[in-house]
Amino acid sequence: MTSYALNDSWTMTRRELAHWARQPAQVLVALVFPVMLLLMFGYLIGGGRGVDGEYLDFLVPGMFALTMVFGLEGTMLAVTQDLDKGVIDRFRSMPMADGAVLVGRSAADMLQSALGLAVLTAVAYVLGWRAHGTFGAFLGALGLLLLLRFAMLWIGILLALVAGKPEMVQAVQILVWPVGFLSNALAAPQSMPDWLGTVVEWNPLSQTATAVRDLFGAPGAETGHVWAAVAWPLALLAVFFPLAVRKFGALDE
Amino acid sequence: MTDAIVVEGVRKRYGDTHALDGLDLRVGRGTVHALLGPNGAGKTTLVRILSTLLRPDGGLVEVAGHDAVTRAREVRRRIGLLGQHAALDEELGGRQNLEMFGRLYHLGARHARVRAGELLERFGLADTGRKAVKRYSGGMRRRLDLAASLLTDPEVLFLDEPTTGLDPRGRAEVWAAVRSLVGGGTTVLLTTQYLEEADQLADRIAVLDRGRLVADGTADELKALAGGDRIDVVLRDGGQLGAAVALLPLAPAEVSVDVDRRLLSAPAAGRMKVLTGVLRALEDAGVEAEDVALRRPTLDEVFLHLTDDPAATPAKETV
Ligand SMILES: Nc1ncnc2c1ncn2[C@@H]1O[C@H](COP(=O)(O)OP(=O)(O)OP(=O)(O)O)[C@@H](O)[C@H]1O
Ligand SMILES: [Mg+2]
Repeated sequence: MTSYALNDSWTMTRRELAHWARQPAQVLVALVFPVMLLLMFGYLIGGGRGVDGEYLDFLVPGMFALTMVFGLEGTMLAVTQDLDKGVIDRFRSMPMADGAVLVGRSAADMLQSALGLAVLTAVAYVLGWRAHGTFGAFLGALGLLLLLRFAMLWIGILLALVAGKPEMVQAVQILVWPVGFLSNALAAPQSMPDWLGTVVEWNPLSQTATAVRDLFGAPGAETGHVWAAVAWPLALLAVFFPLAVRKFGALDE
Repeated sequence: MTDAIVVEGVRKRYGDTHALDGLDLRVGRGTVHALLGPNGAGKTTLVRILSTLLRPDGGLVEVAGHDAVTRAREVRRRIGLLGQHAALDEELGGRQNLEMFGRLYHLGARHARVRAGELLERFGLADTGRKAVKRYSGGMRRRLDLAASLLTDPEVLFLDEPTTGLDPRGRAEVWAAVRSLVGGGTTVLLTTQYLEEADQLADRIAVLDRGRLVADGTADELKALAGGDRIDVVLRDGGQLGAAVALLPLAPAEVSVDVDRRLLSAPAAGRMKVLTGVLRALEDAGVEAEDVALRRPTLDEVFLHLTDDPAATPAKETV
């Protein structure tokens, strides 16, 4: 049975890729959206501060981390749309490996996020941003970002399973924005009131953003946050992964 | 040999609705059992429980020799399901769907591809190419859904209203598919709104009403339940219907009147005796009959007889 886990997960991943092939526009939009955010915050909103290399050193890692958190919305939407369709009934009536549906979902989302990071990195490079650290540190930073995305993915799956209908997703989506912005992704907590600064520093997004700035060798970056950036997503996964798998198995009971 | 499907005392509640209220049912191996019942009787609920999609609140459910709750995976290996609503990936094409499901049934990539081709051919979908299922007509979708449920030549096949929305040709194709499967030893449980379908395909027919079994038997046995043979009399003059009812050697309460068709219909358990009695009574009174016929009751009449009275507690009529 478990021998089929890989086989079935791969089949489900291929299903997601086949969807991409049929809806390339959707994939493109998902890739372009973070680029738009980067341009917007880099030039429109951040414009007041003057865009110099240093602000990009601060902003780009923040945007990377923010993009990983916003990925949660895409995951939620995809899962609720899938649940709404009859095909899930067929999957559940077949002898396929438990969780292969969810693994297919997460593989596709991780792939999309990795592509998104690549695109964002390229755009940032064109804008003049540079990573100053070693290549190993650069890869480590990408790893931390994808780890955060992976944790968000399973939160997204659980929320989708709990919310059920696509209409409910919108409600949850709105809640993602404050989580995204109550972080140090765009602004330093030192510039905020004390209580807010505390919230912001505890935000897992902030931990990842800080650690990534550090690994990219951004001038003036705080050091020593890498472990928190590993621990936070792992802690979230330890809670949400089993909950999501259980909830999926118990659907319709 | 044990039965292919065993259901004992199964209950399922949705809030205050008892979708299934202590249901018992047995389906012998290699037979076709039809499940009839008005809307909301619990047919789909039962099919979903049998196909491991839904957990019953209580009772025993065995399919192909395995408990559908505790050994769901063993059951899933042995069943095919055509649900009431399409269970297909609408974004993908027909071949993509079948190949994907075939791989998930662990047929192996090559066998899955061959099998998908065979089934597309068999259900007249071979020329659909890459067209997404969401652009299929209702009938095409139904046929693809049926093809998906037949990928593995299942031991037990569940069909929830398989021909709803199909044109006569599509219906004939589904019936032919069911017959050939049963020839190969498959057990079929099918729900239907078409009594003719049950009559045509099923070895036995179970009638469900408000979550309970109200009858279970062969078509002939069920027809006997509805009062055996009936006599139909069509009058030349519809104005004489009322008078004719009073003349007949039958209790007036048993006679049903269809004014539009100038038709009287009544149980005729004694056949010839009733026939001659009716003819003599009409002739003596000078009421002219255009047509007189003795016939078996239709399943429609059985169905209405068994599920009509909302006040009656359905007492199980075993035959
Ligand atoms: N998910 C659900 N939530 C609440 N009630 C439900 C649910 N599914 C079914 N029911 C109720 O259970 C009862 C049986 O429904 P079911 O779908 O099994 O009937 P059915 O015999 O298949 O009807 P139909 O001929 O209309 O398909 C109905 O009263 C229905 O409203
Ligand atoms: Mg139904």
